[in-house]
Amino acid sequence: MFIRQISVFLENTPGALREMCELLGNGGVDLLALSVADTQNFGIIRIITSNEQIDKGLLLLRDHGYIAKVNHVICAGVPDRPLGLCELLALIEKANLSVEYMYSFMRASHEGEAALIMRLSNGEKAEKLFQMHDVRMFSQEEVDAL
Amino acid sequence: MECISRDELHKIQGERLAATVKREYENVPVYRERMDAAGVKPEDIRSVEDLQYLPFMEKTDLRDYYPFGLLASPQEEIVRIHGSSGTTGKPIVSGYTRNDVDVWSEMMARTLTAAGATRGDIVQVTYGLGLFTGGFGAYQGADRIGAMVIPMSSGNTQRQIMMMKDLGATMLCCTPSYASYLGETIREMGIDPKKDLKLKAGCFGAEPWTEEMRQRIEQLLEIDACDIYGLTEIAGPGVAFECLEKNGMHINEDHVIAEIIDPTTGKQLPYGMHGELVFTTITKTGMPMMRYRTHDICTLTADKCACGRTLARMGRIVGRTDDMLVIRGVNVFPSQIESVLVGADGVAPHYMLIVDRVNSSDTLEVQVEMTEEMFGDTVAHIENVRKYITAQIKSVVGIASKVKLVAPKSIPRSEGKAKRVIDNRKL
Repeated sequence: MFIRQISVFLENTPGALREMCELLGNGGVDLLALSVADTQNFGIIRIITSNEQIDKGLLLLRDHGYIAKVNHVICAGVPDRPLGLCELLALIEKANLSVEYMYSFMRASHEGEAALIMRLSNGEKAEKLFQMHDVRMFSQEEVDAL
Repeated sequence: MECISRDELHKIQGERLAATVKREYENVPVYRERMDAAGVKPEDIRSVEDLQYLPFMEKTDLRDYYPFGLLASPQEEIVRIHGSSGTTGKPIVSGYTRNDVDVWSEMMARTLTAAGATRGDIVQVTYGLGLFTGGFGAYQGADRIGAMVIPMSSGNTQRQIMMMKDLGATMLCCTPSYASYLGETIREMGIDPKKDLKLKAGCFGAEPWTEEMRQRIEQLLEIDACDIYGLTEIAGPGVAFECLEKNGMHINEDHVIAEIIDPTTGKQLPYGMHGELVFTTITKTGMPMMRYRTHDICTLTADKCACGRTLARMGRIVGRTDDMLVIRGVNVFPSQIESVLVGADGVAPHYMLIVDRVNSSDTLEVQVEMTEEMFGDTVAHIENVRKYITAQIKSVVGIASKVKLVAPKSIPRSEGKAKRVIDNRKL
């Protein structure tokens, strides 16, 4: 089960992130989760928003000259207690998968679980792994309700 | 002659060079003065290797000694004048003796033959017939072969197409941009080149063009499109020509000697390296040219072509010396970097070169705009794209650069000649 994420290319210049957030905010796009991957030269912004706002956000960004794409990522539920994440990571490691990036929702916890967005080296394999081990994966509808 | 061994060719070139230099020294005061100043006597020039001791000629020399100051034959032996407009002030002109017209016709005959022309062909000449060398050059070459010439000259596209169709023209000579325009018009008129026309090939030149343009012309007109190179100062079109292998232009080396030099030092560069193309005529008598600097940048190769010709080939013109940068002692042409970007999938051809000097070492930053195709949601993906571009630039240009990916449309666009370089070095 995958959810949709918008990724955006930003140049590493002062105000670039604020400008983008302003654009989305003024367009009524509510950010449920956001991560900033920065390198010396550029940044990649990853955004989770409700399903109905994804296309709106994407269009808005593209209309304003941003390079933006929709990718599919997993949103997994992790027990909200010490070592909760560790157990999941151990599972991923054992299956010879690796985490390319991971971030969490603005609203920390949901029924005792933290919702983490992650991209693993092999999406399909990860999905099967999580299903097998009863790792909770949020659907797009559930994300919308967060 | 076109398949002669390189050794034999060099022997002939050496003999012809010596005779031409002697003629220039004896008949043209400018050449005498320059050779004296360089301490070179005509008898010092005995082989192709001695060419490097001779002084260069420039386009400005043709202006300064306009119109007849560089003639090496008495004026009554001149049977033709051709010239080019030149962008500033006076045109430049060149005088041709009967021999020169003959030599030029031979070069153009080879050019058309290499594109597949024979006696039975019908050659439509759409280059302007006038002071410009294009029209007459193509006409003379076709005439030499014994083909049928349609001397249309330029303009009146509808009439061009009507004649092409009615007379069944098989070869076309014009500029690549006009060939492309003709092709588009033909398609718009609903003419099917395969059914309604008999065109099989074309020789296109007089302006730089790209491989993409070749493919477009070949598709539009259903023909083989061959590149030709020439300049009024040396003869006209036909100085170099492509065969149907379309892998560089064969230089008519029994009539001209080509060199590649470092535009800064004037020193000869080995084959395969990018540098300024220099021509020396060795059979012309009216207005011979000694080491004429074209300011065009390309490479030369003497590898035998698959067509069997041994004549050396010049690559596409990649730029002009005026655009050249010297970075860490290496000559860099913005067009080389452009060619890398155009050749890479999904990369936009918009770029900016920023040259600077940090700790007395030159740095080159290449700014490239991010595109949808290049973008991905992981840093690793984008870094791979960046590394790929960096490696490509390194392999083509020969120096390391720092590729910076910038926001789309952030590099200024301009009509006509775009500004591509910011040089911040304070020398």
